[in-house]
Amino acid sequence: MKVLVPVKRVIDYNVKARVKPDQSGVDLANVKMSMNPFCEIAVEEAVRLKEKGAVTEVVAISIGPVQAQETLRTALAMGADRAILLQTDQDLEPLAVAKALAAVVAEEKPDVVVMGKQAIDGDNNATGQMLSAILGWPQATFASKIELEAGKAKVTREVDGGLQTLEIDLPAVITADLRLNEPRYASLPNIMKAKKKPLDIKEVGSIGVDVAPRLKVLKVTEPPKRAGGVKVENAAELVSKLKTEAGIL
Amino acid sequence: MAVLVIADHDNASLKDNTHKTVTAALKLSSDVDVLVAGAGAKGVADAAAKISGVRKVLLAESDALGHGVAEAIEAVIVPLMAGYDAVLTPATSQGKNFSPRIAAKLDVSQISEIIDVVDANTFVRPIYAGNALETVQSGDAKKVITVRSTAFKPAEEGGSAAVESIGAGDGAAKTRFVDQQLVKSARPELAAAKIVVSGGRAMGSAEEFQRVIEPLADKLGAAVGASRAAVDAGYAPNDYQVGQTGKVVAPELYVAIGISGAIQHLAGMKDSKYIVAINKDADAPIFQVADYGLVADYKVAVPELMDALTAAGK
Repeated sequence: MKVLVPVKRVIDYNVKARVKPDQSGVDLANVKMSMNPFCEIAVEEAVRLKEKGAVTEVVAISIGPVQAQETLRTALAMGADRAILLQTDQDLEPLAVAKALAAVVAEEKPDVVVMGKQAIDGDNNATGQMLSAILGWPQATFASKIELEAGKAKVTREVDGGLQTLEIDLPAVITADLRLNEPRYASLPNIMKAKKKPLDIKEVGSIGVDVAPRLKVLKVTEPPKRAGGVKVENAAELVSKLKTEAGIL
Repeated sequence: MAVLVIADHDNASLKDNTHKTVTAALKLSSDVDVLVAGAGAKGVADAAAKISGVRKVLLAESDALGHGVAEAIEAVIVPLMAGYDAVLTPATSQGKNFSPRIAAKLDVSQISEIIDVVDANTFVRPIYAGNALETVQSGDAKKVITVRSTAFKPAEEGGSAAVESIGAGDGAAKTRFVDQQLVKSARPELAAAKIVVSGGRAMGSAEEFQRVIEPLADKLGAAVGASRAAVDAGYAPNDYQVGQTGKVVAPELYVAIGISGAIQHLAGMKDSKYIVAINKDADAPIFQVADYGLVADYKVAVPELMDALTAAGK
């Protein structure tokens, strides 16, 4: 069984995004970039499925700039077998990414696509669902547990108010939520080994998919700042302020 | 221009997110219909018909819809879109699950988690965990939108729209519902509560979280939340998580106890009307957004707060 894991290079999880003064976007120059945390969880899950023997090959794919090779090397160091980069300097919308991934799926013919539920830059939470709809494959989003069996997957999902378990036929698209696993750190020997693993690079333009943007970004602004308030001395003063100033309680 | 709003419900009751999404929809058009997709959900449809400004309520029912299977919901909505220019869905876990499928099937970009409607083509949405706001203009003929409902006031009740039953579509042959475990609680629902009491990593254990946070929440009639750090450490269940990757809340009062205020947590609660922070670290970032900050060890401050609330008649 073959797993395709799409991964995205994004601003590092611990870095605060700063808006450019000309409101054209977020300043990413000289900012630490890393693999999107949810993508990391997806890679970890695919590698664990391989270690358990449920999967034979893990292929990582990224769509992005030339530096996304580093993100793919990270996936290879975590245990992916090979990687594909669809290179572009354009910032693609989820619909375009889903279409490009569908083209890769047609070529690679994986049995399951495991990917992060959301990228922490655009915060769209859409690509996996769109890919599933385009392919006509079943989906199980926000997975906190995945069990692969012959021709099907049993997936426990995080839903409003609790957990839901679905059984879906393969091939399918599964998106990873936070509690699916804790990703490993790649060891130094594995980072060295990853340098020798195959990484194919193609231009996005070469796969014949319309990736033109549908949304025009008019401006990117700072959110309104919340002014810090006052410090209170003790709990009694807090309750008194909540009652008299805030009118709550 | 006609707009379809997808109702948020649990088959038994209609959720407030629907009212808020209707408010957003009414900024696009005065022709707003609501779709209730569920099972045994006639009562939900009747409740939706009472929302002011709603023209008509559509009710589609099947087992798969009742379990919220995304493929089944998409199969109902996509054919309906021939008669609508936009579809708005509350950005709950459930809404996020099926809405992008509709966008893909209609070959349009989804506009995710809008917080403002500038005009019929232009919307504001948070990106980078709410650290930036993006104003986007859609060139697509039909708009598929999810709505961050905390940014909109609920539409009033007082309408009397007609309820019309429609076909439930083909369902989803490749997806089978196995079971679900929903957390039963007498407390208000986190996303809709007027007061939220949240605990952070400072709690140190699940037992301590329950001992400290829950009685205070119950005294205030509040929902219980948690930071991602507390959830990751196993002190609180996942659906308590407030933040970029959890729930976004905007209650009247948010009480953060032993929460430092990481970027991703602030993204989920900074639109609350009043924020109270109790933390022993005076430099914790949470104090930069708190209206009332109390620099104290929660072990001392929370019992005192309980007493002060009792003294105040709570």
